Amino acid sequence: MFKKIYFQSIFFSFFFIKEAFAAESGGMPQLNPEFWVSQIFWLILTFGIMYLVLSKLILPKISNNLESRKSQILENIEAAEKQREDSDAKLKEYDEIISQSKLEANSIFNQAREKALKDIGAKREILDKQIDNEIAEAEKEIDALRKNVPDKINKIAIETSSELLQKLIGAEVNNSSISAIVEDLSKRNGDKYYGN
Amino acid sequence: MAANPMSQFDVYRIGPEIKVGAFDISFTNASLFMILSTISILLIFNLGSKKNSILPNKIQLLAELSYTFVSKMISDTAGSKAKPYFAFIFSLFMFVLFCNMLGMIPYTFTVTSHIIVTFVLAAFIFIGVTVIGFIKHGFGYLKLFVPSGVPAVLLPLIVVIEIISYLSRPISLSVRLFANMMAGHTMMKVFGGFVISLGIVGGWLPLSFSVALTGLEILVAFLQAYVFAILTCIYLNDALNLHH
Repeated sequence: MFKKIYFQSIFFSFFFIKEAFAAESGGMPQLNPEFWVSQIFWLILTFGIMYLVLSKLILPKISNNLESRKSQILENIEAAEKQREDSDAKLKEYDEIISQSKLEANSIFNQAREKALKDIGAKREILDKQIDNEIAEAEKEIDALRKNVPDKINKIAIETSSELLQKLIGAEVNNSSISAIVEDLSKRNGDKYYGN
Repeated sequence: MAANPMSQFDVYRIGPEIKVGAFDISFTNASLFMILSTISILLIFNLGSKKNSILPNKIQLLAELSYTFVSKMISDTAGSKAKPYFAFIFSLFMFVLFCNMLGMIPYTFTVTSHIIVTFVLAAFIFIGVTVIGFIKHGFGYLKLFVPSGVPAVLLPLIVVIEIISYLSRPISLSVRLFANMMAGHTMMKVFGGFVISLGIVGGWLPLSFSVALTGLEILVAFLQAYVFAILTCIYLNDALNLHH
């Protein structure tokens, strides 16, 4: 309801305004030539002065400012580029130094390793020789011992068997006959016992 | 101010009547606003060009942005040959822009809403461009009216149309600016009048229209100055680089 009244009041008031305007209207002031000459005169005067001041004083200054800023920025960019190149060169140098020192370190390490390996090899050879010698001596001893073993065993066998016979029979037994038997046995079975 | 929406365009004398011969060159409100816009342009661009710092301050940035804006507009439309006319087109653009913008302040007078002002500017541009065209190309400039690639039968008609369109340039240029300014300001005045007469009850609707129209008019004020300048560049381009 309120809305309706609101819009109706707007609508009707348009008529009143139109009448008010119609009563006062007197055409376009633009078409009244009374001040045309004055306007042309002042337009030429003001525009002319403005054009002269702008073109002779202000615009060259602005273009100068823009140019100088442009050239300065270009210079700065060039300087920055140069500095970048310098730093690149220095970085390369640094990289070279690092790689060289790495190579040096590697070679030193290799040398040290070779030396150490040589030392170790020499010492090992000496030790090997010693060990071989000792092994050879020990083998010799073992061989000698092994050669003596059947004789000793035969001796022990002869003595024990003679003593045994003495205790069993109670009479002295000729050692030479026993030793002949033992010799004969050992010759027959020696291989089986000693594994030669 | 009266309720008549056209009364804002009234020109009236300020101070005494000045007469040179039969001509009345009295100082009027139109003269006042021409001087005001000239002074504001010179003030802003003088302040904007005084110091040359690498990092420009606000007013310097404004001046330099306007400079590059206009110079780009000219080089885009008329090429590098139009460089000698840069200062004129720059002044023209700034003058029209400032007159339009000052007119957007309430109770001010819009210089460019008068047909005589825009017509003088347009006629000066028209005559200047024609003179430049004849100086650069001699009578070859008349080839402008004979477009290439037109069948011979149609040629008389086309030439007549081209001549008419060429001659109507100053009229279309001046009327476009004047009519836009006048229509916009009249409309704002009418809606402003509605706000008062409808009062507290119904005034809100035209008031909101008024607010929207103000934004639109500021856009139009800039756009018309831009159009005025860019059409000048296009005419200049015709005179400098004869393509036909």
